[in-house]
Amino acid sequence: MLNYIARRLAGMVPLLIGITIICFAVIHLAPGDPAQFLSSMNPKFSESAHEKFVKLYGLDKPLHVRYIDWVKRVAVLDFGESFAPDGKTVMEKINERMPVTIYLNVAGMVLIFFIALPLGVLSAYRQNSIFDKSVTVFVFVGFAVPTFWLALMCMYYFGVVKGWLPISGLKSYNYDQLTTLGKMWDIVHHAFLPIVLSVFGGLAGLSRFARNSMLEVLGEEYVTSARARGLSETRVVFKHALKNALLPVVTILGLSIPGLIGGSVIFESIFSIPGMGQLFYQSVMARDYPVVMGVLVLGAILTLIGNLVADISYGLVDPRIRYGKK
Amino acid sequence: MILRLFVAVILSLGLFACGDKKDDSAENQKVSTTTKKVTAKVNKAPVNGDAFIESSLGDATGLIYNITSDSASHDAALKIYNGLVEYDKDLNIVGDLAKSWDISENGLEIIFHLNENVRWHDGQPFTAADVEFTYKFMIDDKTPTSYDADFRLVKSFEVIDEYTVKVTYGEPFAPALMSWSMAILPKHLLEGKDVTKSPLLRKPVGTGPYKFQEWKAGESITLVANDDYFKGRPYIDRRVMRVIPDTATSFLEHLNGAVDIAGLTTLQWTRQTDNNPKYNDQYDKYKYLSFGYTYVGYNQLKKPFNDKRVRQALTYATPKEDMVKGILFGLGIPATGPYKPGTIWYNDKVKKYNYDIEKAKELFAEAGWTDSDGDGILDKKGKKFQFELMTNQGNTVRTKICETLQQSWAKVGVKVNIRVLEWATFINEYVNKQKFDAVVLGWNITNDPDLYDVWFSKNCGGSKLNFICYKNEELDKLLIAGRKEFDPEKRKVFYHKAQEIIAEDQPYTFLYVPYALVSVSKRFEDVYTAPAGLTHNQDKWWVKKENQKYKFEQ
Repeated sequence: MLNYIARRLAGMVPLLIGITIICFAVIHLAPGDPAQFLSSMNPKFSESAHEKFVKLYGLDKPLHVRYIDWVKRVAVLDFGESFAPDGKTVMEKINERMPVTIYLNVAGMVLIFFIALPLGVLSAYRQNSIFDKSVTVFVFVGFAVPTFWLALMCMYYFGVVKGWLPISGLKSYNYDQLTTLGKMWDIVHHAFLPIVLSVFGGLAGLSRFARNSMLEVLGEEYVTSARARGLSETRVVFKHALKNALLPVVTILGLSIPGLIGGSVIFESIFSIPGMGQLFYQSVMARDYPVVMGVLVLGAILTLIGNLVADISYGLVDPRIRYGKK
Repeated sequence: MILRLFVAVILSLGLFACGDKKDDSAENQKVSTTTKKVTAKVNKAPVNGDAFIESSLGDATGLIYNITSDSASHDAALKIYNGLVEYDKDLNIVGDLAKSWDISENGLEIIFHLNENVRWHDGQPFTAADVEFTYKFMIDDKTPTSYDADFRLVKSFEVIDEYTVKVTYGEPFAPALMSWSMAILPKHLLEGKDVTKSPLLRKPVGTGPYKFQEWKAGESITLVANDDYFKGRPYIDRRVMRVIPDTATSFLEHLNGAVDIAGLTTLQWTRQTDNNPKYNDQYDKYKYLSFGYTYVGYNQLKKPFNDKRVRQALTYATPKEDMVKGILFGLGIPATGPYKPGTIWYNDKVKKYNYDIEKAKELFAEAGWTDSDGDGILDKKGKKFQFELMTNQGNTVRTKICETLQQSWAKVGVKVNIRVLEWATFINEYVNKQKFDAVVLGWNITNDPDLYDVWFSKNCGGSKLNFICYKNEELDKLLIAGRKEFDPEKRKVFYHKAQEIIAEDQPYTFLYVPYALVSVSKRFEDVYTAPAGLTHNQDKWWVKKENQKYKFEQ
C-alpha cells in the first residue's frame, strides 16, 4: 500500500510540471500584458513607462527563462508577489480568500450529501412512483435554472420585498459590535441564501448518481437471494443493497476535493462574497500572472491529491480491489 | 416584474463592463427630475454624524493614489490625499494644498505658495519637502506609476522655502498647472523606501478630509473623518466603500437602503424607480451630462475612409437623435465634437450633420461610390462598399449602436459586418496595430481642453491615442498653440477653431454624450449638481440629527 502511494506521488511530479507549463504558456500568451493594461487609452502614460513596467514585472526575459525562474521559486514554496499595487504576496491573497470559499463549499457539499443521497436511494427504491418523478423534476429544475437569475429573484423577494434576509455579503457592517449570539445569527443569516441555492443547483448530479447506483444494486442476484431468504425489506434495502450502492460515492467525495477551493465567479459576484472565484477572475482579467499561477497550481495539486485519495479509499472500502504488489 | 428585472440584469451587466469608467463629474443641464425640498435647509446648521455608504464593482488594488490606476482605488484614495490644486464646482482651478500660485509671463515657471497649517494624518507637518519628494517620486524609474508623462516635462524643481516651491518647464504647457492635482505623498514615511513594499499601500497616510481606518480585502474600505482637516472637518463621520461586484445586486442593495449612492442605468432610471414607493421614499434622483462621448472612429489609413466625403456621408446617414431615443431612452444628447455641450470649450457653431439620406448618397456618388450593379450595395471600380465595425465585448450599449448603424447604413447601400472582441485583444491586436476599418468606442472628456493626445497627427501608431491616424496640419498647429496658452479666453479661440476643422473632416462620427444618472439617499443635505457633477461638495454633505442612520462611539 505505502509502496503504491509512493509510486503515485512520484508520478504526480511530471504531471504537475506538465500542467504548470501549459498554464504558464496559456496565460502569458493571452493578448495583453499587465503593463499594456495600464497604458492602453491613458494619455498620462509616458513613452518610457511601458518599458519601466515590463522591467518591474520581469516581463523582459524570454518565456522559458521566466518559467524556470518561477519553478525555482515555487520549488521552495514561494509563489511570489502579486502585480497589483497593494504589494501582497500570492499566498497572502489566497489565504484571505480561501476560508470563505471553503466554508461555503463545505457547508454546501455536506448538505448536498445529506439531501441528495436519501433522495436518490428512495427514488430508486420507489422507482417510477410519483415521489420518484417529482424528485426528478425538482432536481432537474435546480440544475437547469440559471443560478444567477434565481439568486436575483430570491434576493429581490426575500431581501427587498419581504426583508427577511440580507441581500449580499457575508456579515453585516456592524458585525464587530454584535454579541456572540448575534454574530452567529448574522453569519447564518447571510450564508442562508447562497448555501440553499448552491445546494438546490447541486442536488441533481449526486441524487441521480445514487439512484442509478441503487437501481443497479437492487437488480443484483444477492439482493434477490436476500429477499428469497426471507429477510425483512428494510434489512435488504438498507443493509445489503445500500452499502454496496454507496461505494462509488467515495470516488465522488475524493474528486470533489479540488472543488472545495474553487469558487464560482458568478455566484460569488452576485452575493458579493470575497472568495477564490473572484480572486481568480480578477487576476486573469488584470493579467496578474503570479496570482493566476498560484491559484492554478493549488488547484492542480488538489485535483491530483483528490484522485489519489479516491483511488486509495476505494481500495479500503471495497475488498474486491487490491493494489498490485511488486 | 420578473421579466423586467431580468432584462435589467442583462442590460446592466453590459453597461458597466470593460472600458467604461464611471465618471462622476459633469455639468448640470437643468434637467432636474425629482425636485428636492429645499425648505428646512435654511434654518438648520450642519451637524456631524452618520455614515456614507457607497459601492464599488471592484476592490481597490492599493491606496497610494499615484501608483494605482483603477477607479475603486482612486475613489477611496481621493478622500485621503490632496493635490496642490483642484477644480471647484464650476470647474475653475482653485488651490488645495497650495493657497495660491504665480505663473511667469512666459508661462515657463509656476511658483506655488503652500498652506502652512496642514498636518499629515500622523501629526507631522506638511511642507515643501513633501511636494519635492512627490515630484521626484513621480519621475523615478522605480516608481510603478502610469501618470508620469506630465511630470517628465518639468525642467527643474526648486524648493524656495518651507512653504514655497518653483517648477520650471522647458516650454509653456497649459495643462501643467492641473497636473499638480496629483496626490502629494508624505516624504517622512516613504523616502528611501521601496514603495511597492510600503505599508502605506494598505494603511495610507495623507492630508485629506478622511483618515484611513480599515480595509477588509474584497469586502469594504472604511474611512473616518479627519478632525484636523485644514479645510474643516467633513460633517459625515464615516465613508464606507463596499465591494459589490454585480450591478444588479448593487441596485438591490440600494433599494434596500444599504448603499446610499448608486449610478442608475437608463432602464432603472426610466422604469424601475419612479413607480416604486420603496425607492421614492428613500432617494432623490439627479441627472447631469456626463464627461464622456461615444463615437465611431474611421481608420484614415484605409480606403475608402481616407476620403473626407465618405466619412461625411456616413455621418449624414447616422440617425443620432433616434439612437439616443432608442438606445439611451432619450437620456443623452447628440454630440458634434470632442467637448461637452455647455462648457466654454464647446463650439455650437460647427457644421452639423442632421440625418439626411439623400445628402449621404450625393456625397457617396461624388466620391465615386454608386450602386452600378443594382444589388443594393454601393460599389466603385468593381469593389463593394463593405467593412467591419468593431467594438469591445461586455458593453451592450455599444453592441446596440453597432446594430443600429448596420441597419441605418444599409439604407444608403453600405454593408457593415459587426465584430465584437474581448477588450485586451481588441485594443492590442486590432486598434493599436491599425488593423481595423471602423470602431465604436468612447472617450472621457477631461476638464482641460487639450486635445493633443488624441488628435495630434504624430500620435499615431504604437499604443498612442490617435489610433485612427487622422492628420491635419492646420489642426496640429492649433493644438500646439492651445497647449501654450494659459488664459482660458484666449485658449478658447484655438479650440473653437479646432472643432470646426474636426467637424468638417469628420474623422469620427460623434454619436452622443450620455447623462450621468445618480441616485442619492434623501438623508443627505446640501446635495446639488453643478458643472463639476454631484460629488463636488461631498465633504459638506450632512445629515440632520433625527435622520441619522448610523451611530458610532467616539
